[in-house]
Amino acid sequence: MDPKTLRYTKTHEWVAVDGDVATVGVSRFAADLLNDITFVGLPATGKAVSAGKDCGAIETVKSANDLYSPVDGEISAANHEVATNPGLIQEDPYGQGWLFKVKMSPGASLGHLLDAAAYEEHCANEAH
Amino acid sequence: MALHTPLYDWHVAHKGRMVEFGGWQMPVQYAGIVAEHSAVRSAAGLFDISHMARFSIGGPEALALIDHAWTNDAAGMKDTQVRYGLVGNEQGGIVDDILVYRWSYGWTMVVNASNRKAVWDRLQTYAAGKDVQMQDQTESTGMLAVQGPKAVELLAGLFEADVAGLKYYYATATRCRGNQCVVSRTGYTGEDGFEVMLAADKVVELADEFVRRGAVCCGLGARDTLRLEAGMPLYGHELSMDIDPFQAGLGWAVKPAKGEFVGKEPMLAKKGDAARRKRVGLTLEPGRSAREGCGVVMAGKSVGTVTSGAPSPTLGRPIAMAYVDPAHAEVGTKLEVDIRGTTVPATVVALPFYQRPKK
Repeated sequence: MDPKTLRYTKTHEWVAVDGDVATVGVSRFAADLLNDITFVGLPATGKAVSAGKDCGAIETVKSANDLYSPVDGEISAANHEVATNPGLIQEDPYGQGWLFKVKMSPGASLGHLLDAAAYEEHCANEAH
Repeated sequence: MALHTPLYDWHVAHKGRMVEFGGWQMPVQYAGIVAEHSAVRSAAGLFDISHMARFSIGGPEALALIDHAWTNDAAGMKDTQVRYGLVGNEQGGIVDDILVYRWSYGWTMVVNASNRKAVWDRLQTYAAGKDVQMQDQTESTGMLAVQGPKAVELLAGLFEADVAGLKYYYATATRCRGNQCVVSRTGYTGEDGFEVMLAADKVVELADEFVRRGAVCCGLGARDTLRLEAGMPLYGHELSMDIDPFQAGLGWAVKPAKGEFVGKEPMLAKKGDAARRKRVGLTLEPGRSAREGCGVVMAGKSVGTVTSGAPSPTLGRPIAMAYVDPAHAEVGTKLEVDIRGTTVPATVVALPFYQRPKK
């Protein structure tokens, strides 16, 4: 995935939309802050999710971090590779480190998502 | 505005991720918590602990002052001995846990950063009318810890005194390349190691030398996982004004036989109250970690609260410390921890979780 063409949440998930399926991962900015990931909790296939609601967790030695679904819909796939090898999230956050796919509800909104430039600005503000 | 230790710029230059802790800007990690943690368990790590408050106390009534403010027995200490103990409040709670160093000429106290003012103010109050001199040397000095099985080797030849010959919890006032310093065989990691106090303007030079000799830079993140594995309490988590030393498992640091001290009677009264929750260790199955604030549950009923928790790099599973009802505090008891709505099994285990191999 090319990070420039992706959309983002303020909670640092990226979203790639293909038809009615949204693929979700965490951004490089977030991955760099998630050193030493010890546990990845992914939502089960078939689980109903809604935009902005937590649906999983990434834990590091220091902290537990919720994962939020960027869109409304139903989980259609989860990347179990990252559950057994969490290092993939840091090595390749936009590729092999993807986390889950959501089959979006009809009419699911994407308007709240940030484009790459707006997301970059959001990160710059967070890093002060 | 958070304070900077003498190593602030050094941490930034070494790519430390800086956070505020106890009123100071401190590195939480450099390369990563697990790598730093493992370096301390297998070789040697360097910690900036300059944020810890350092008080110098002298004068004819210094001993009386310390024995009044402190739960442990200062009068019974030998010169150059270091001892752990608590500063209590009038209700029998804990104001801080501190180290006291005894010298032929006076005393040094090492106090948690977040409790610098609380302890200082109490000492000032207790010192009224007494012939004592107190000096807060926190900002004129710095403090480094070198911890790990290679610490002795790493310090070889650096100090005029034979620091390798120091006994555990003893200190020496010595020199390092002509600069005055204090070296003690103490630490907060469960490993062998040393802590060094020296003038603020000499700290960078010594830190550079430790790194040149192979010490791995370690931040507060690794300090926390190391002390947790070692079963050591952290003020603000396992210790507070609402916790008494006995329920915290620190009764060994309270010496009622020495005479009067602040908090003595209420502490002893609480000791006799068998209903108080006790500090225990918990291990969980590999997976999500219990964190501070998670509820401890048995058969759907709340029986305690987690005060610290993290994945243990050494054990490869989550560990935690918690206060639980005495009926469920027995080693081997099967409990559950509520991790944000999901309950997972946990077992009460003996502390510490990790003990370094005996040589």
